[in-house]
Amino acid sequence: MAQSFTSTNAQTQTGGAPSGQATASLWARIVRWFEQHSAMVLIMPTVFLVLMLSIFPLIISLFLSFARFQFVQGGFTVAFIGLRNYQKLISGSEQRKFLGEFSEPSLLAWIFGGILFAAMGYLVIRYLLRRQFSITGIFFRAIGVIFAGALIWLCMVTLSGDGIPGTLVVTFIFVFSGVAIQYLIGLGLALLVTQNLPGKRFFRVTFLLPMMITPVGIGFLFRMMTDTINGPFSPLWQAAGLGDFSWVDTPGGARLAVLIADTWQWTPFMFIILLAALESVSREIVEAALVDGAGKIATFRNIILPAIMPVSFTLILIRTIEAFKMIDLPQIMTRGGPGTATETMTLYAYNQWRALDLGLSSAIAYFLLIVVTFVAMVYVRVIRKRVVVD
Amino acid sequence: MIQRLFTSPDPFRPSLARAIGSYIILGFWTFVVLFPLYWLLITAFKAPIDVSSGPTYLPWIDFQPSLYAWQEMVQDTGVTFITRPYTNTLIVGLVSSTAAIFIGTMAAYALARFEYRPKIAIIGMFILCLIGAIVLIGAGLPWPVGLGIMGVLFFVLAYTVGRRFSAAMGNSDITFWLISQRMLPTIAVIIPIYILFQQLSLLDTRWALIIAYTTVSLPLVIWFMGDYIRNIPIELEESAFIDGASRYLVLWRIILPLAVPGLIATFLIVLVFNWNEYIMALFLTRADAQTMPLLIAAQNATRGPQWWNISLLVLLMIAPLVVLAIILERYIARGLLVGAVKG
Repeated sequence: MAQSFTSTNAQTQTGGAPSGQATASLWARIVRWFEQHSAMVLIMPTVFLVLMLSIFPLIISLFLSFARFQFVQGGFTVAFIGLRNYQKLISGSEQRKFLGEFSEPSLLAWIFGGILFAAMGYLVIRYLLRRQFSITGIFFRAIGVIFAGALIWLCMVTLSGDGIPGTLVVTFIFVFSGVAIQYLIGLGLALLVTQNLPGKRFFRVTFLLPMMITPVGIGFLFRMMTDTINGPFSPLWQAAGLGDFSWVDTPGGARLAVLIADTWQWTPFMFIILLAALESVSREIVEAALVDGAGKIATFRNIILPAIMPVSFTLILIRTIEAFKMIDLPQIMTRGGPGTATETMTLYAYNQWRALDLGLSSAIAYFLLIVVTFVAMVYVRVIRKRVVVD
Repeated sequence: MIQRLFTSPDPFRPSLARAIGSYIILGFWTFVVLFPLYWLLITAFKAPIDVSSGPTYLPWIDFQPSLYAWQEMVQDTGVTFITRPYTNTLIVGLVSSTAAIFIGTMAAYALARFEYRPKIAIIGMFILCLIGAIVLIGAGLPWPVGLGIMGVLFFVLAYTVGRRFSAAMGNSDITFWLISQRMLPTIAVIIPIYILFQQLSLLDTRWALIIAYTTVSLPLVIWFMGDYIRNIPIELEESAFIDGASRYLVLWRIILPLAVPGLIATFLIVLVFNWNEYIMALFLTRADAQTMPLLIAAQNATRGPQWWNISLLVLLMIAPLVVLAIILERYIARGLLVGAVKG
């Protein structure tokens, strides 16, 4: 669908060129070539960059994850070792760090896990009862159920009793609890600010600020904040008799500290977009509902919530994807400790790179890629058609 | 006065009790946001003794402001200690964000107005040839030879066998594929990028960071600007084409001016990400191209946490973005909303 183009036009553009006829016509030919191929010219830089820095590295990375990579003098050697890196993560020497330490699931874990398994079973059975299932549909659902089931089981056995969550489960904890908390706080604040209160603009600008700050800086900032001796809240800690308590020495405290810092940083993102979404909800409809005697809660549930659902859907997807990549906060605040309590998968892969085990590092990174893709796919497939009415 | 403020007939105006409740919650969150920033500000002006001997809160009342950190960071270590990473961050951030906006908007416009039908078979061949090239290079061939052989093979295959296939991708597939690049964890691609830049001897240069940041910003730009451009009526362009304007002139003169709010919002978001980026810089730079986040993180390892110096560095680093955010706040939500909402 290249735009048709006349040569007279090309010449008018270059009419001012002082050089001779030959160069002018060459120039005109170049201009015309660019005009006729504008569809290609406009998209090529993007395709080139993405090929060079995303697709090509992705292939090499896959290759590396099947290999043992070593730096030697003046270069490197690569030895192909098959699936050994993956095997090491799942059942070998790195299992304790990657998957964690297992124990008998506690009663609470059984209840939560049981609910999730039941929900999954319900979805599958309902699909099968529809009688219009296809082979590919069953195939992808089977993969999804096996993968999700394995992840739920992993959470059940590592989060209860004597179990210790590995980096995979730690990443899940940060992603899911972080995104949920940030969304709820962001929505609450946005609802409060949409009321016609004086000083609205002040709150809008102030609440945006944490997003501008480098995560490395936030890591240090919250190390100062959680310092129980020299930090600003130390009088409170002293009064509570927790003067020599250290957040980063207990797994729960360290995770909570990282989670608080993450929430502080990313709530603004949720807030600012939800605020814009709320403000674009038609005021007339809300007004009419209120005048007709609908309660505030009913109005919120039936009018405002459906209106902001599409935005929320995209917003949560973006944040979830970004949250899986978290590294700076735990690295600065806790260095992943104590043990692996706050070590995210990205940090784990980075540490393996530091130890010059590039093969294992790539394998971890590929696992992360698979997990992110899986979560995003399930989210889009399962949630979208139920929540977003196009 | 207060009575008049809160009892207007507007049903959206909350009652006095609700307003007070709202202000308490909003005030609390304002405190949550501003107190750490205030702490950062005063710590940058504290002498070490005021930091490490229990908390002090108010300048001139319980501690004397001092320029200790400024002296230590600026005078004692030499000016380049801060200015070099700072100029690196500034140049890399601005250039890569501008480049990403430029290239990404071009692609977003093209995807909104042209129809592409790349054949799946040819894409498959391309990837196979790429793998072949990697294997050849891995087997010991110098990389220009390996790439050359496979490049020729690809063109031969594409022009002979490739023409026989018809299955193709549409525009929405391409857009989805480009945006999904954002899902890629940096850590999964950074090691090959490191090796690539090492071979091109670009490691520890600003160019390496600029190229890398531009690429990772493209998905966001294409996503936000794509919807923005699709909302611009096509009739505006058609009349320009009738007057004989070229495609590029239309993009430059008609589309870009209309998309300014979206461009500002997207630029700011991309700039924030590139300004604060940590992990790519960690892999790709050492000393010459070091950026501010690395300098700040390095304070951790070298001398133990010296809070006054760290605070000062963070303060210097965030100042420009905070000022930008305050000035451009009104654009951010609007611009993002139009772009990201229908994603």
